[in-house]
Amino acid sequence: MSATITSTPRASRHRPAPALPRKGAAPRRTAWTPTLLLLLGAVYCLVPVIWVVTAATKSRQELFTTFTYAPGTGFWDNLAELSSYRGGVYWQWMANSALYAGAGALMSAAVSGVTGYALAKYRFRGRSTVFNVLLAGVLMPPITLAVPQYLLMSKAGLADSYWSVLLPSILSPYGIYLARIYAEAAIPDEVVEAARVDGAREWRLFRSVALPMMVPGLVTVFLFQFVAIWNNFLLPYIMLGDDHKFPVTVGLYSLLQQGANEPAMYTLVITGALLSILPLIALFLGMQRYWRVDLLSGAVKS
Amino acid sequence: MHRRLALAAAAALCGTLVLSACSSDGGSGDSAKAASGPVKLTFWAWAPNMDKVAEVWNKAHPEIQVSVLKQAGGDDLVTKTITAAKAGNAPDLMQAEYQALPTLVSNDVLADVSKQVGGAKSQFADGVWKQVTLGSDAVYAVPEDTAPLAFYYRQDLFEQYGLKVPTTWDEFAATARALKQKAPDKSLTTFSANDPGLFAGLAQQAGAKWWTASGDNWKVAIDDPATKKVAGFWSGLVKDGAVDNQPMYTPAWSKALNDGTQIGWVSAVWAPGVLTSSAPDTKGKWAMAPLPQWESGASVTGSWGGSATGVTTGAVKAGHGDAAAKFATWLNTDPEALAALVQQVNVYPAATSAQTGGLLSAAPEFFSNQPDFYPKAAEIAKGTASAAWGPNVNVAYSAFKDAFGKAAQDKGDFGAALSTMQQATVEDLKKNGFQVG
Repeated sequence: MSATITSTPRASRHRPAPALPRKGAAPRRTAWTPTLLLLLGAVYCLVPVIWVVTAATKSRQELFTTFTYAPGTGFWDNLAELSSYRGGVYWQWMANSALYAGAGALMSAAVSGVTGYALAKYRFRGRSTVFNVLLAGVLMPPITLAVPQYLLMSKAGLADSYWSVLLPSILSPYGIYLARIYAEAAIPDEVVEAARVDGAREWRLFRSVALPMMVPGLVTVFLFQFVAIWNNFLLPYIMLGDDHKFPVTVGLYSLLQQGANEPAMYTLVITGALLSILPLIALFLGMQRYWRVDLLSGAVKS
Repeated sequence: MHRRLALAAAAALCGTLVLSACSSDGGSGDSAKAASGPVKLTFWAWAPNMDKVAEVWNKAHPEIQVSVLKQAGGDDLVTKTITAAKAGNAPDLMQAEYQALPTLVSNDVLADVSKQVGGAKSQFADGVWKQVTLGSDAVYAVPEDTAPLAFYYRQDLFEQYGLKVPTTWDEFAATARALKQKAPDKSLTTFSANDPGLFAGLAQQAGAKWWTASGDNWKVAIDDPATKKVAGFWSGLVKDGAVDNQPMYTPAWSKALNDGTQIGWVSAVWAPGVLTSSAPDTKGKWAMAPLPQWESGASVTGSWGGSATGVTTGAVKAGHGDAAAKFATWLNTDPEALAALVQQVNVYPAATSAQTGGLLSAAPEFFSNQPDFYPKAAEIAKGTASAAWGPNVNVAYSAFKDAFGKAAQDKGDFGAALSTMQQATVEDLKKNGFQVG
């Protein structure tokens, strides 16, 4: 997923298409080995998805007893049961996830955009130090920070609040890194200078000139952060004690671990997992057009 | 533009302040509030519908309001609670499995509430009560549910193959082998290396005491003769292929129970709930019998699971210790609460008064063919051997999964796996600064 997002806009612009050796009109032969490998890869990626889709349609009786990839008959019952479970707490979890991921990714994109622009277009003392520290942050897995962040948040009296999950999600070293690289490449210095000559102040220069050029990059940052926060488990798991503030990942986990005397609610968890990826798919389809803007937003011939 | 940005920043800052104000009074609470309004307690539990039981209490006790925050159970919750307690955010009350109590006590999460709840001792079986005192004069929790082991078998298939219900482990082995001869594709049961809790229960039945403490000195005896006997017994069955060696709680296992490939299950009193969802087609075909014995005529069993309600040190520090202990006692001894626990939360209560009589008079729906299910369970529960847990059960359990998982897969020697488990447990205790002798 990540590879497609990062590479599309830049690669398509700068790299000329490799010239195909064409000798006469020799018919192109099908390359079987790569095709087969790619097919295998596709199967590998799609089988779990198909499993989730078919399993979500099975009733409790059918789940472990019928053929794995045969659709069942219980999807609507599962959906109704999931919706009514503890007064519809599942939808509360979905709303929480949307809040954490939506607001978190939006703020993260804003912070990344400003920071990345500043790092790319201004020369100031300590610039490379800041950037190197950020690079080190990219290498640090966020999981290792979860517990220290929890201790910090509880010092600030914010543990078990919405902010405890939102605040750590805002600053994303990778997002800033991406925004800097993007700003450097997408905003020509000539344009910045031209705007200055025309009398634009720095904020207006960023708002009206730089920002529109950075939109495709920021959309990428937004999507990255959205998916990362939506799928995040450990941070909200540690931060939150109140089950009405849980995001959907932690909420579904609590359905699996109900103690020995109550069986895990597999059908509900599977149906819930299927529903929880729908917003991600919708988001990707909906945001796709912003990547194409890239080709039109340039102002200088290079 | 500048002004708009400043406004936005100010708004965001205000939002932070407001939210932080909200969150701080929802936590462990401050004494100023406790004095005026009702005491507000938080209760971390994983059992479903616990909030409905708390509602019963909240209606009757306006001065102490308990809100249940439902958590995911298991070992992770122990870690989460310890972290929360270290940061001063622990809940006031928590549901904890018996084997987690020493870990929670040694991390200073659970408070000694012997003064407040000591009077409830007579309501529980001795072996159960010992698990919440950890063999000392203190009391760290009130028992909530217990899970004595029993043997579940397919009545119809036992009849079909002419098998007798085993009363000793020797008979159990003979039954497993006889079944293999008559129907090679079927198994009496499986040895699951994924479920250390079951193995621990079987070892308890044989008389094992895995952890014992005298003063500050811990003794670990996971490879004691009793446990060796149990490990050797299952090792033999797995080696001969007399029982299956695949883990429990997998889709394949559910299928095997449902289609009768496995015709028996050593499990605890909560088995009907699991069978209802794992083997729905076999309703009314199962029966429960006492766990096979090492000495014929005995009636000893172990436990697999079970939990208690503890009061945290955080609650005591906030001045809510008495209120929390009051609720914990009510939850597990009051007839009204026990009724709600049995009917709503679906637990097998630890209080002996609730194990017989009106509450559990009807057998579980899945076992309608065995109308005396609960009286029989109460009879079995009487012989529950007390367990001896230590401060690093989680380490021993994960060592079990690794070592026995491999041994079961290779049909290898369980004795060596047991030594590995012992060694890992002792080393971890030492590493964490406990005296081990």
